[in-house]
Amino acid sequence: MIRFEPSFFLERNREIDDVTLRAIAREVRKDILKMTTAVNSGHPGGSMSAADILVTLYYYKMRHNPENPKWEKRDRFVLSKGHSSPALYSVLARTGYFPLEKLKEFRVLEGDLQGHPSMLTTPGVEISTGSLGHGIGAAVGMALALKLDRSDSRVYCMIGDGEAQEGSVWEAAMAASHYNLDNLCVILDNNNLQIDGPVDEVMSIYPTVEKWKAFGWHVIEINGHDFKEIRNALDEADTVKYKPTMIIAKTVKGKGVSFMENRAEWHGKALPPDLLREALKELGEVT
Amino acid sequence: MEKVSLRDAYGDTLVELGREDERIVVLDADLSGSTKTAKFAKVFPERFFNMGIAEINMMNVAAGLAVSGKIPFVSTFAIFGTGRAWEAVRQTICYPNLNVKIVCSHGGITVGEDGASHQALEDVAVMRSIPNMRVIVPADDIETKQVIRKVAYTEGPFYVRLSREKFPRIFDESYKFEIGKGHVLREGEDVTVISNGVMSSFALLAAEILEKEGISVEVIHMPTVKPIDVELVVKSASKTGAVVTAEEHSVVGGLGSAVAEVLVENYPVPMERLGTPDVFGLSGKGWDLLHYFKLDENGIIEKVKKVLARKK
Repeated sequence: MIRFEPSFFLERNREIDDVTLRAIAREVRKDILKMTTAVNSGHPGGSMSAADILVTLYYYKMRHNPENPKWEKRDRFVLSKGHSSPALYSVLARTGYFPLEKLKEFRVLEGDLQGHPSMLTTPGVEISTGSLGHGIGAAVGMALALKLDRSDSRVYCMIGDGEAQEGSVWEAAMAASHYNLDNLCVILDNNNLQIDGPVDEVMSIYPTVEKWKAFGWHVIEINGHDFKEIRNALDEADTVKYKPTMIIAKTVKGKGVSFMENRAEWHGKALPPDLLREALKELGEVT
Repeated sequence: MEKVSLRDAYGDTLVELGREDERIVVLDADLSGSTKTAKFAKVFPERFFNMGIAEINMMNVAAGLAVSGKIPFVSTFAIFGTGRAWEAVRQTICYPNLNVKIVCSHGGITVGEDGASHQALEDVAVMRSIPNMRVIVPADDIETKQVIRKVAYTEGPFYVRLSREKFPRIFDESYKFEIGKGHVLREGEDVTVISNGVMSSFALLAAEILEKEGISVEVIHMPTVKPIDVELVVKSASKTGAVVTAEEHSVVGGLGSAVAEVLVENYPVPMERLGTPDVFGLSGKGWDLLHYFKLDENGIIEKVKKVLARKK
């Protein structure tokens, strides 16, 4: 298991190579599948597509303190697409917010890991999310507060592509550029699948680059599974002045397991135990 | 009775609070002139955020500010703050139990000429239904000032409902507002009238008229609809044996429903509810609408007589 001292996370842009990030992401993917299968519930597909970005944020980019989740100087992360909670919980556990053992409490009665992130029960969760279209607005509020306090902390937020159909996402987009929130960086997990099928068939959100640019954002397009591109985009966002940054990350739903990739059916369905064994084998788990 | 503006009292109190505590921030949705948050905006432009006509986002942004240690006051018309934004209030403010104060103006039928689309007659009901949310409907400017101060420094989410119209002043400076406590405006023996908002002034008028007819009315002003003052409701009902509620809100789900729940579970007595019936409002002058829907002393007197007939 790959472990770091809690102090490792206190500064931004830490030295960590892509091979290590990839290895961590593989562990996170295994966690996601195990957690959801254990309770036969949850959203593995979008958690898998988000995994590489979350790992890069928590292991490379964000300044945070697993020993003191409310540390004043921390950067904030809001998982607006709250159904990808397994990915977040795994990353929080692996960076030291709580023991890995706790992942067993996912979606279990009286467990601390609610189906969708709850700030009241899970350390490291900045604000409760789950209903789509709200987290990005809360991230705007956090960014405004940090500006008022003249803090150099940054706010990161991940939204889903299906989520971008919510009007409140665009209300938040408008507000973020209106208030010149250059301390806000939003990542669009663009796996192009939602429960009912492809995003462009259910309700197209495209063209995304033009839309976000028109809303006054600095827009970067990347492959959301290429660690170099994720890193570079996050670094570029640091340098942008007077504008929020939108990173449109092309991703693959179910990424990492051949029979899950690009299949809408794994949006909100756990793998049955036999398929879990197969998936874990693909992810390199020795059984 | 002198008529006073609750909205102005709110705006003035915000400015006072802004001076004494840097954590106070104010958000509005393009109605700051009407809600009177413009008073705060003028003095503290850096801590005022006009979020435009985008109420859902305004609630979410307020949540983000609250979780970052600010004390956000969020204002718009009651129908938008509680109706359009209900789910954001539920998910992002109340579920995490955040320190956001939603103070909406233009509640109730007295919104007037703008008509049904703008008259919030369901706001108390829908806000009351959310866990962690506390709901307050003040009666006049003196109470409004105290309410705003109190909620500013009491942790957690609140909904405070103000009006557009000026209301008769019923309190003097000796009044002391407490969250979750009703206030006995007048003691009586035969029937209890429980009211809030503008209806408390009508309840006092009705009690005076009824006294001349030999009917002794206990008038309780109940600003906090949630948590409601169970003890006082039960105490008064057990004394008088009959209860009438009066509110500038639908009879569905508001103060009347809250009092009914308390009575049924603790001390059932005959009860009548005065409010707008289960219908939408109409355009008209605010005070004309009150009389049109019998939300006045005559409406209360009618309900009192009805409940007394049932009491026998």
